[in-house]
Amino acid sequence: MSSSLAIQRENIRKLFPDTFKQARKSRLRGQIIFFLVLVYLIVGFFTLDVVDIPKKWKPQNAAMFVLDTYAHKDHVTMKWENHEDIKIAFEGNYRSVYGRDNLDKSIPDWFYKNSDNVGNVVEFNNKGKAILYKDKVEIVNFPKYERGFTIKLNSNGKPYLVGSEDLVIEDLKGFRITENRVEFRPTLYERIQVYPKKVEIHRYSIGWKYFWFDFSSPLEPYTFFEALGLTFSKERVVPEMSNLKLFLTEIKDNEAFMHGRVWWAMLETIVMAVLGTMFATVMALPLSFLAAYNVTPIKALRFTLRRLFDTLRGIDFLIWSLIFLRAFGPGPFTGIFAIGFTDTGTLGKLYSEAIENTEKKQQEGVQSTGASKFLQHRFGIIPQILPIFVSQSLYYLESNTRGAVIIGAMGAGGIGLQFLGALGTGNDFENVAYMAILVLAVVIFMDRLSAWLRRILIGSDQLIVR
Amino acid sequence: MTKALPANLEQIEVNLKKLTNQRTRSSLLGIAILILIFFGGTLVSLEANAGSFGRGIANFFNYPRDLFVDTFEMGWKYWPRVIKYIPELIITLNIALFSTSIGFILAIIFAIFSSRNLIRNKRVIQFTKFLMDVTRSFPTLIIAMVFLYLMGKSSLPAVIAITIHTAGALGKLFTEAIENCDGKPIEGLSSVGATWTQKIRFSVLPQVLPLFLSYGILRLEINVRESTILGFVGAGGIGEMLAALIQWNYGADVLACMFLLVGTIIALDYLSAYWRHKLIGANQ
Repeated sequence: MSSSLAIQRENIRKLFPDTFKQARKSRLRGQIIFFLVLVYLIVGFFTLDVVDIPKKWKPQNAAMFVLDTYAHKDHVTMKWENHEDIKIAFEGNYRSVYGRDNLDKSIPDWFYKNSDNVGNVVEFNNKGKAILYKDKVEIVNFPKYERGFTIKLNSNGKPYLVGSEDLVIEDLKGFRITENRVEFRPTLYERIQVYPKKVEIHRYSIGWKYFWFDFSSPLEPYTFFEALGLTFSKERVVPEMSNLKLFLTEIKDNEAFMHGRVWWAMLETIVMAVLGTMFATVMALPLSFLAAYNVTPIKALRFTLRRLFDTLRGIDFLIWSLIFLRAFGPGPFTGIFAIGFTDTGTLGKLYSEAIENTEKKQQEGVQSTGASKFLQHRFGIIPQILPIFVSQSLYYLESNTRGAVIIGAMGAGGIGLQFLGALGTGNDFENVAYMAILVLAVVIFMDRLSAWLRRILIGSDQLIVR
Repeated sequence: MTKALPANLEQIEVNLKKLTNQRTRSSLLGIAILILIFFGGTLVSLEANAGSFGRGIANFFNYPRDLFVDTFEMGWKYWPRVIKYIPELIITLNIALFSTSIGFILAIIFAIFSSRNLIRNKRVIQFTKFLMDVTRSFPTLIIAMVFLYLMGKSSLPAVIAITIHTAGALGKLFTEAIENCDGKPIEGLSSVGATWTQKIRFSVLPQVLPLFLSYGILRLEINVRESTILGFVGAGGIGEMLAALIQWNYGADVLACMFLLVGTIIALDYLSAYWRHKLIGANQ
């Protein structure tokens, strides 16, 4: 059976030698291209140092970054010289100290006197405890550690782990000991550091604390919905203003998440994208008519406009924003004009191509009624291209939202600059995450909005090209 | 018969009037909303902008003029300057090309797993679509900034960011291409007992590959711009050079970099239009 198949195949091959040669040739070409791409990928792999990713990747940094985006920490600090003066501060911020009299902030319940009435206990979320004494720190009750530890200062004033010679390596994991510091970090959520001068404990918990109301806010004791309920009550939380006003200003002026500033910056970015797209559409509309051969008979004008579109588009919005940044200074105008100029080029090209692709018959129909040239274009061309115009502009609205974030980061302000600032401080990663989520939400929202508008305006949410 | 006609015409007249009114009303509403957005946006901009609008317009030509004056002062010594920045440009192009290639491959994988005519499992499709939505929506800048922070200064964050974004953006287009392709070749291969991979290789890929390549070339053009911008925030290449030159106020050099960039972008624009026309123009 198989041999007869082979014979048949040979016969076919002999009958159509050219076809087979052609096939082999094109297959060979495909293989060569594939090989070249492979070679380039290997070259790129080495020239771009992709091999260095494991070397450059600092897992410790990344872990801290990720941890800080979803968790918050409280710092407990004790100076050896005065062991009763223990400071508990949210995120180590000197303005957010628990138990300081003027703020009327009670000590959290995970900090209490030990049963022996001498030491002070910091209890972690995993029930592990660090007990602070006048001359030592005791670490007890940590899960997965069968024994407790004691850290003391030696006669030179340097910290050391008591009895560390007797410990096996298994017990010592989680410790990092250098000359001036003993650090105990069993998991990411607990960290105890003993220095010659002080003891510093970081206690992590999951969640964004003080998201709505910041540390010193009078509304902080309430949850969001409790506070919302309070806005309907006549009894004022603070005498100066009504509860509703307090509620709004406290959210707006939140020191940790800066809702007021972030939302304002977001608005700036959206304004850049929307007005920039409007600007481009309004500019491109008349120009595209002048650049289309079935509307404008003057060849020189068409050629000039075509090259103008190419130049506007070719000078990328990066360079436009640099030029406008010098002229307008940081602010939405820079973004509006940078986006507007670039997209005048892009939309002008697309629009004029659309106009050239219109059916001639409808225009002729209007012409047959004796209409003027202007009316011919108004009723013969515009109805045909309006869906394309709307569809294209709305499509660019979405990608311009992303562009506006980028222009903002290059100095024009808005959410991009806020994001860069938060990342630059190196410890406000929950803000970084908050803004990233906000940007993501707004971009997805714009995407959906433009698809929805396309659907109700032209009955299809697909991008119409021709 | 002759009597009925005027009545009909009247009815038509009434209907026409109703329709025109409705149309005018919705058009006016649309225009009103647009004007409202325009004025609201302008107010926000005036409030937020550091410099005033009028002064900005007046100053608009100052910076370009300074750049050109600087350049003219240099005379013929200018051209070696332009050549000096070509290696930087090549780094930028390399970043764009490499990440587009890797993103292209990832996008094909994404697209295969999110096409309704290739995958039966709805969960898999939904998950892949969600993944593409997320990777597509993040501005590359944000991904690149985070990775720059984590990995230190190098080109790698740009490569990672552009690759991620490209995979999502191309994946969506590829999915549409696969879902819109002709089902008959797939049926034909099914009838001779082809496996799933064989069906993809011999019926889907030949149909969509020209379209894929065309989208990929368009992406490459966009990614060259992207990688320049990412260079601007510290990912190397001509973007980083440009940022430094602007800070040092080396007018002639700034203009040299800008010329290189604009030249490259326009050249790529024409090349990609030509290639794409060759790829899909011939097929249609």
